Order: sequence, then C-alpha cells, then structure tokens
Amino acid sequence: MAFLDRAARSLFLTELLGGMALTLRYMFKPKVTINYPYEKGPISSRFRGEHVLRRYANGEERCIACKLCEAVCPALAITIEAEPRDDGSRRTTRYDIDMTKCIYCGLCQEACPVDAVVMGPNFEFSTESREELFYNKQKLLANGDRWEAEIAQNLAAEAPYR
Amino acid sequence: MAEFWSGFLLPLIIMVLQILAITVPLLVAVAFMTYAERKIMGAMQLRQGPAIVGPFGLMQPFADGLKLFAKEQILPEGANRIVFYVAPMLTFFLALIAWAVIPFDYGVVLSNINVGVLYLFAISSLGVYGIVMAGWASNSRYAFLGALRSAAQMVSYEVSMGLIIITVLLCVGSLNLTDIVRAQETVWFCIPLLPMFVMFFISALAETNRAPFDLPEGESELVAGFMVEYSSAPFALFFLGEYANMILMSAMTSILFLGGWLPPLPFAPFTWVPGIVWFALKIAFCLFTYVWVRATVPRYRYDQLMRLGWKVFLPLSLFWVVLTAGVLVTFGWLPK
Repeated sequence: MAFLDRAARSLFLTELLGGMALTLRYMFKPKVTINYPYEKGPISSRFRGEHVLRRYANGEERCIACKLCEAVCPALAITIEAEPRDDGSRRTTRYDIDMTKCIYCGLCQEACPVDAVVMGPNFEFSTESREELFYNKQKLLANGDRWEAEIAQNLAAEAPYR
Repeated sequence: MAEFWSGFLLPLIIMVLQILAITVPLLVAVAFMTYAERKIMGAMQLRQGPAIVGPFGLMQPFADGLKLFAKEQILPEGANRIVFYVAPMLTFFLALIAWAVIPFDYGVVLSNINVGVLYLFAISSLGVYGIVMAGWASNSRYAFLGALRSAAQMVSYEVSMGLIIITVLLCVGSLNLTDIVRAQETVWFCIPLLPMFVMFFISALAETNRAPFDLPEGESELVAGFMVEYSSAPFALFFLGEYANMILMSAMTSILFLGGWLPPLPFAPFTWVPGIVWFALKIAFCLFTYVWVRATVPRYRYDQLMRLGWKVFLPLSLFWVVLTAGVLVTFGWLPK
C-alpha cells in the first residue's frame, strides 16, 4: 500500500501543487523590503558607524591626545601625534584613522575619557578610491560637526548604561 | 512597371509589414516578460523587484537592454569566431521564425500551412543547434558541458513531447494549427487530456531550459552554462531568444490545449472580447505559471531529470497515446 500511496502522490503532483499554492499565497503578502535609498530602517543608538571627533559647545576640540584609543585599537588603525599648543594645553597635531583597517569594534569610543572619538550613526561613507578612506583630523572634526546632533542624542540615550 | 509593383513589390511590402506586426510586439513582450518575471518572483519572495527605473520600474527592461548593448564584446581565445557569432543569431532567428504559423485569431496567421505542428516541432528541435554551437565554439569547459547537457535534455523531452502532440493530433485529425483550435470549440483539450496537458507543460519547461530544469545554466556548477563566454549583444540575443522561446512554448500550449483564441465560454460577454485578447491572456497565464514554478521548485539533479524524461514521461505519454487511440476507435469518435 505504501508503494501505491507514494505512486499516487507523485502522479497527482500533490506536493508540487501544495508548494505552488504556498508561493501564490506569499505573493499577496506585504513586502518586507524597503526602498533603501529613499527609505531607511531604524538604527540603534548603539550603532557603530563612521568615526567622528567631537568638539565642546564653545568650539574647542575635546581630544586631549591621551592616546588611549590608539593603544586599545586592535586593528592599529589609529595614529596620533601630539605636542603642547601655544596656550599650554595638550592637543593632537595629527589624528588619523585608516578606515580600511578599522573593524568597527567600538573600543576607541569605550576608551575615550572625554567622549571625543565616537562612532556615529552614519554608515553611508563609501568612496571611489582607497585614499579617501584614510581619514585625517580635519575630516574627523568635520564629521563631528556634521553629526553632533544625532551623536549627542545617542550618547544621552546610552548614558544610564555606561 | 505596374506589373513589377503589383506582382512583386506590393506583396513584399505587405509581407514585411506583417512580419513586423508579429516581431515587434513579440520583442516588446519579451522585454516585459523579463520585468514581469522579476516582479512576480520578487513578490513571491516578499521582495519588491525592480521599482526605480520609471513608474513601478516599468522602464527596467529597456535600461537592461541598453546596458547589455553598451557592453564590450569579448571573443574568447581559441574560440571559433564564425560559429561563436552565428550561434546566438541562430537561436534568436529560430525563436522568431516559429511565429510564422501561430494563429492569433481565426484567419489571423502569417502562413496557414497544413503541417503547422510539424513546422513548430522542427523549429523547436533546431533550437538545440544554437546551444550546441555556442557551447562548442566558446572553447570553454563550462560552456561545452552546459551545451552537452542542454542538448541531451532537449532531445529527451522532445520525444515525450512528440507523443503528447500525437494524442492531440489524434483528436483533431489535422496538423493545421487553425484546425486544432477549431476542434476545441466544444471543449478545450486540457480537460479530456488533462494528464497530457500537465506533461506537455512540464516538458515545455524542460524544452526551454527553465527552472526546475535549468541545468544547462545551473550556476552552482556551470556558472552560466553554454552562454558563459558571451557578453554584450550576442548575450542579449541568447537572452531574447530564450524568452521568445518561452513565449512560443506558451503559445503552443494555448493552441494545443487551451483553445487558442477561443473564449472560455461560448456566449455573450465572453464572445465580445476579440480572440487575439483571449490568446494573449492564455499565453500570459502560461508565462505566469513558468515564473510561478521557478519561484517554487528547486533545481532537479541531472540524473533525476533524465529519469523523469525517459522512465516516467515517455511510458506515460506512450500509454496515453494508445489509450486515446483506443477510446477514439472504440466509440467511433475518430475525426473524419
């Protein structure tokens, strides 16, 4: 009987028709995809995107050149050079992040004592050449100015857990 | 001069216009078939499909076509130059000339020949040549293996397809496609010959190298099968030819089993619609099913494919030929 059962099943294509009915039902379900460049999905406040260097409200840069981020970076993507500025405060003369090396682990922002280097919510920073991904201090500060509002909001949201 | 005009030039112009009237809509249909396929597959996989180029992405096929023709043509090293370029042309050409005998409505047919079915069958068999030539001329292992598979597959399924067509011919008593459709005025052949209809459809899938029988271009093992070395315009020709073949097979299915241009029910609201619209709708239904099957079924293994063709379809269709013939003779239903 089992043989007859199997033969009948394959002759009448029952499983095939069942599968086709399923795909047809799915055709009328709502789509799960979004129109990416025009619509974007939600991003967590802990999202680790493109790095920025932040400033204080008075325009002074936060980074004090403690080099903790450089030391903690597992990919050795950060290079810092520092010397005292004219007013005697210790500042970086060079702050480079090689974005091609970065693994987006977020240890630099964890290490930073003054919340200067932070990974922002931006993930759309693809470039047409490799050289454009070697970020210098100027580029990072510009990023900070651009994303300050979102970053401040994210940091405030995460403050209770830090 | 007048003789030249009425005896040669005028018929020639009319013929060319008739050919264009078939080919141009066919190519547009091919273009939108690729769009429909992507949209339907997308919907079945809960995706959107092309939606950027033009309203609802409707201009996508033209963007794709433009892209294909703008690309570089590459001739592989060691390839046979002539055969390499003739193969896609042949595929495309064969996919188009088959439409000469397809009746779109009663009397609306380019050449109403007596052996229409035979002609269609011959043309679709010749389709193997394009593929074998492409595979051989490419001088590539992948292309060659793909071509071998494709040839074996198409030959295997043509056998059972021929037997299925014979059953239909037994019920009609004519090889003329118009006569075949007119014989279905009482009932479409898909109802009394339902198993044959299903088998014909599955064989058509295999014949056009469509999923689940798309082994010739099984990307997991052969990259793209026989057309792996093709790019730009020759590739586009293969692509167009393949989709035109799908539409042709759908048209054949409609004519043989779904009553061609006949309305589903022979009374008022249905008979108002012109036959060509019914024919187009039936073709569209078949094409939708092609895509539907592709979105549903995983690819067959090669030995399964051969087993299905030779050990299942061949005996079954042979049995049905004998059965149909027996029934027709016993009850005296043989067509005069």
